Amino acid sequence: MTAELGGFLLALALVMAFVQGGLGLYAGWRRDEGLGAASAGVAQSNAIILLAAFAILVSLFLRTDYSVAVVAANSHVAKPLLYKIAGTWGNHEGSMLMWCLVSAIFAALLASFPGGMGRTLWNRAVGVQGVVTGVAIAYTLLLSSPFARLDPAPLTGKDLNPLLQDPALAIHPPMLYLGYVGLSVPFSLAIAALMEGKVDGAWARAVRPWTLIAWVTLTLGITLGSYWAYYELGWGGWWFWDPVENASFMPWLAAAALLHSAIVTERRGSMAAWTILLAIIGFGLALLGTFLVRSGVLTSVHAFAVDPQRGYAILAMLAFFVGGGLMLYAWRAPRLTEPSGFLLVSRESALVANNVGLAVATGTVLIGTLYPLMLEALTDRLISVGPPFFNVTFGPLMALLFIALPIAPFLAWRRGDLKEAWRWLQWAAYAAAGVAVVTLALLRGPIWSALGLAVGVWVLFGALLYAWKRAGSFARIAALPLAFWAMTAAHVGAGVFTIGAAVETSFRKEQAAQMLPGTSVEFAGRRVTLDDITNVEGPNYFAQRAIFSVDNRIVTAERRFYNISGTPTTEVGILGEFTGDIYIALGAPSEGTVGTRAWTVRLYFNPLVQWIFAGAGLMALGGALGLVVLARRGVKRAAPAVAATAT
Amino acid sequence: MRKSSRRLIVIAVAGVLLSVAAGLTLYGLQDSVAYFYAPSDVATKAKVGERVRVGGLVEAGSVARADGALEFKITNGAGVVAVRFDGDPPSLFAENEGVVAEGVWRGGEVFVAERVLAKHDENYMPREVVEALKERGEWNGPQ
Repeated sequence: MTAELGGFLLALALVMAFVQGGLGLYAGWRRDEGLGAASAGVAQSNAIILLAAFAILVSLFLRTDYSVAVVAANSHVAKPLLYKIAGTWGNHEGSMLMWCLVSAIFAALLASFPGGMGRTLWNRAVGVQGVVTGVAIAYTLLLSSPFARLDPAPLTGKDLNPLLQDPALAIHPPMLYLGYVGLSVPFSLAIAALMEGKVDGAWARAVRPWTLIAWVTLTLGITLGSYWAYYELGWGGWWFWDPVENASFMPWLAAAALLHSAIVTERRGSMAAWTILLAIIGFGLALLGTFLVRSGVLTSVHAFAVDPQRGYAILAMLAFFVGGGLMLYAWRAPRLTEPSGFLLVSRESALVANNVGLAVATGTVLIGTLYPLMLEALTDRLISVGPPFFNVTFGPLMALLFIALPIAPFLAWRRGDLKEAWRWLQWAAYAAAGVAVVTLALLRGPIWSALGLAVGVWVLFGALLYAWKRAGSFARIAALPLAFWAMTAAHVGAGVFTIGAAVETSFRKEQAAQMLPGTSVEFAGRRVTLDDITNVEGPNYFAQRAIFSVDNRIVTAERRFYNISGTPTTEVGILGEFTGDIYIALGAPSEGTVGTRAWTVRLYFNPLVQWIFAGAGLMALGGALGLVVLARRGVKRAAPAVAATAT
Repeated sequence: MRKSSRRLIVIAVAGVLLSVAAGLTLYGLQDSVAYFYAPSDVATKAKVGERVRVGGLVEAGSVARADGALEFKITNGAGVVAVRFDGDPPSLFAENEGVVAEGVWRGGEVFVAERVLAKHDENYMPREVVEALKERGEWNGPQ
């Protein structure tokens, strides 16, 4: 009965979402406060309904109810508890239900926190968010219901893909979905603003926290995925420019651009039309990401859906929201006036440069991702676009953007002073040039890695120099406002990331060896010994565990065999050091008599690889601090208003 | 500065960036696009110097190791290509399983691969392998 109840709740949520949409939009149009409040109430209750539906699906996975199709296809009694729960969203149907749930939660939050928005704007935004949720639920219910039964029920289930049975991957999808669907709120606000025909500072102020939530969760989701790929796939790499990675990276870039342009719109009233356009495109890219990953046009660990009907339906959703949004934009945007002026050397200009750079970089990633699909559709030729494409296009564009990055905070609004900025930033430039020379002359690194490293140092030192300028002395550093630390953490993170990425890609060492237990190899200045190989049994797998000593420290690596699905996986051993990671993957044993067989062992030295993840983490931290700042400001603004109504 | 001249500068900067990006894109696409061929087609259809991906099944009994390099044959029933790869295959590489080898086509007897991809697990195969199996009529998954 439980699955049927889930299906019923989902159908109820579908109706509720469109009621919320209709009421909100009508209330905004007729300026009817009562109907607006009703729409907000529907939004709040709908989040609870979807939460209940989702809880039912989780309980079906926990009880491993094989009569439910999605459970039978993705779960097994022998699976550990965490992965039974994570299995709920480790498949197409469950992940779509999660998409709907997140959208409904955002609708409820938007309905609960109107902030300083105008009444009608708020009503309309809640309404648009209702339509977004409703369309997503309609898709889930009609084309990929997680509550569908199997008759007769199978006696045993397939397992969750063993590669996905990992703690980082258990939280990677929810984080990404918070980010993807989080971008629907700026979209709803943009559509509502276009309906109102007015975009002002208050609108931009309302958009910023939602964009930040989406950006921070996307950052965390992408980083977790990348970290997972690093230690789980056993190739030593952390980013492959795989289309599914690009699918999440494009909305991230758009959200980063939106964060910055919304600041300009809030503070100076400029770039209003552009900010609106970015909000529409950002959500469009998030939907495109969902389409690419879920439609089966790409085949990867992520491609759950292979039913072409589902692909077309997601494409239709994309066309409806982005096409409709852009049409409304073309009709209404010319009316949005851009009042304030600024000089060429000013913070506004620097932020325009940031946006142009991010937009063009997003464009190149989009071309590299869609070109193979287009070519196949038009000519039937199958091709693939490899990482070199992205390295030569995205790399230089990002480098240009990062050269401009540290300058922006030194420039005042309206009219900046480049000479004054240079007086401070020259030290960062000298440090960058010094590092580049050392890389080329002493380490004999390739020219592009020297440039990448120099850009990273420039960004990192530039951000620190700005902190120094703002504080004036060590004693006053602690007194700097939180908003300043938010920006600094994010920019320092960008610098740290770039340094890590440049060093890791150009100085990585790799070696394969055939090792008998008891033998050693010299690798990257260390002595690696294969001490022993033992057999281990896990909850749903068997493994061979190799124990290595690297100089005198012990590292273990495993080759697992998941008996239910019949797949082997590699569990690498990682020894983290200050200068980088020693990374060991255990390969297959060679043929021979038992006891004397040699094992293939792949050794990697990944210098500064942890800087990559730390840098991304710092960016997320900066975003989270920014969110705290915006929340505090919201409370402060609300407090006097409440006091005024009370007296 | 007047509004119109400011707009002109923004457009000029954006134009320069866009043309740089377009140039880089065309340059990048020239070098890093790999064309997919079935084992039976690659010898006749691929141009020498072209980056290609050859996909099919690992022929049973063809896998051998010779001084650190891996040698195997890819088949789609209609044709066979001998492949040499200096390195280790992914953990799911096995005889009679799907595989994709990527590298620059030089003609000759043996295709030297720079990358070897295997299917992720029993449900998810590289796209090219699915196409190869469909052509051979051995595909029994969803269409």
